[in-house]
Amino acid sequence: MDSTPRRLLVVIPAFNEQASVADVVAEVFSKLPGASVLVVDDGSSDGTADEARRAGATVAVLPFNLGVGGAMRTGFRYALENGFEVAVQIDADGQHDPAGVPALVAGLDTADLVLGARFAGEGDYVSRGPRRWAMVVLAWFLSRMLRTKLTDTTSGFKASGPRAIRLFASHYPAEYLGDTIEALVIAARSGLVVRQVPSAMRPRAGGTPSHNVFKSAAYLSRAGLALLFASIRPASTYRIEGTA
Amino acid sequence: MTLTSYLLGIIGALLVIAVVVELLRRGSLRERHAVWWLIAGLLALIAAIFPGAVVWVAGLIGIEVPINLVFFVSIAILFLVCLQLSAEVTRLESKTRTLAERVALIELEVRKSRSHDTADDEGSPTRGPAQTGSARTAGRAPARSSGRDRPTGTGEEGS
Repeated sequence: MDSTPRRLLVVIPAFNEQASVADVVAEVFSKLPGASVLVVDDGSSDGTADEARRAGATVAVLPFNLGVGGAMRTGFRYALENGFEVAVQIDADGQHDPAGVPALVAGLDTADLVLGARFAGEGDYVSRGPRRWAMVVLAWFLSRMLRTKLTDTTSGFKASGPRAIRLFASHYPAEYLGDTIEALVIAARSGLVVRQVPSAMRPRAGGTPSHNVFKSAAYLSRAGLALLFASIRPASTYRIEGTA
Repeated sequence: MTLTSYLLGIIGALLVIAVVVELLRRGSLRERHAVWWLIAGLLALIAAIFPGAVVWVAGLIGIEVPINLVFFVSIAILFLVCLQLSAEVTRLESKTRTLAERVALIELEVRKSRSHDTADDEGSPTRGPAQTGSARTAGRAPARSSGRDRPTGTGEEGS
């Protein structure tokens, strides 16, 4: 155990990303000197963990796939236990530019949780059609709930301050959409301050977002359900440990 | 109703109760899961011994065909058991999830301390089982000579 001050932890949830994870880790190290990198291998069947380790990251290997939520809760718990004050989530597919991290971290001066938003002016991310509408509806609801203007609620590019780390280390949901929408509701119900900052996103390495009406409707209803149940859960569910 | 069918009902109900009790006795069924099955068995026993009771209760609630009462209660109990099991699965899932996360972090710690050991303490023959903590840092620098041929990566705690 070295006792050097460690503040910033970059958490990279990775599931079968052996092709890109090493590059992402290397990029984080080069653009964010002084940051620690934890790759959470979410039960991958390929060489994700080895690649990440070779690139110099600390790697936590989950015995089976838990989804982004499970991987991130592992990251938050690691951050909490090792005294990190800021945890930033970056996807392993290279979609998030580590150069945007300082802007997120700066936002934590006035907030507990900062989202990097794709539609807030910067970058060339375009989303069209029904999926876009679904996202707008969600953003509207969550903006009201969190009393702040959010335009991109499903962004994985997030920075969490000490309070958020303590909350999410025990209450980060694992369900589908839990890591984005439900996490925001949890933040709102626990009284965290949430902000968004514009941040550029690169196109995803693999997979195209769908523009199918039915898929978007299904997506919206699942998101709506996640929202609803997170809102009506008993208040004691989301108590932050160690605070009154 | 013939005597045979009367006895069949009673035997069936007793069998259910016997199986549940036996499972409980062996510890392969927990009490909170057995409760509904016991209730079902007891109700079946009562209905088997006193068929008139079913008719009476059905008349009381206003069910015209008494057997429908039996179906209703059976389905209700099965439904409740299913629901209970679903809730149990959810609880178990969240427990395994927590365990998986813990395992990942513990594994990480083990790997880290092991690589520390092989890097720093390679060949410190003075370290015995009783010496921990302070001995680890004290016996680090000297005695580089022996123990070189020891395979790296194995735990040295037991030596």
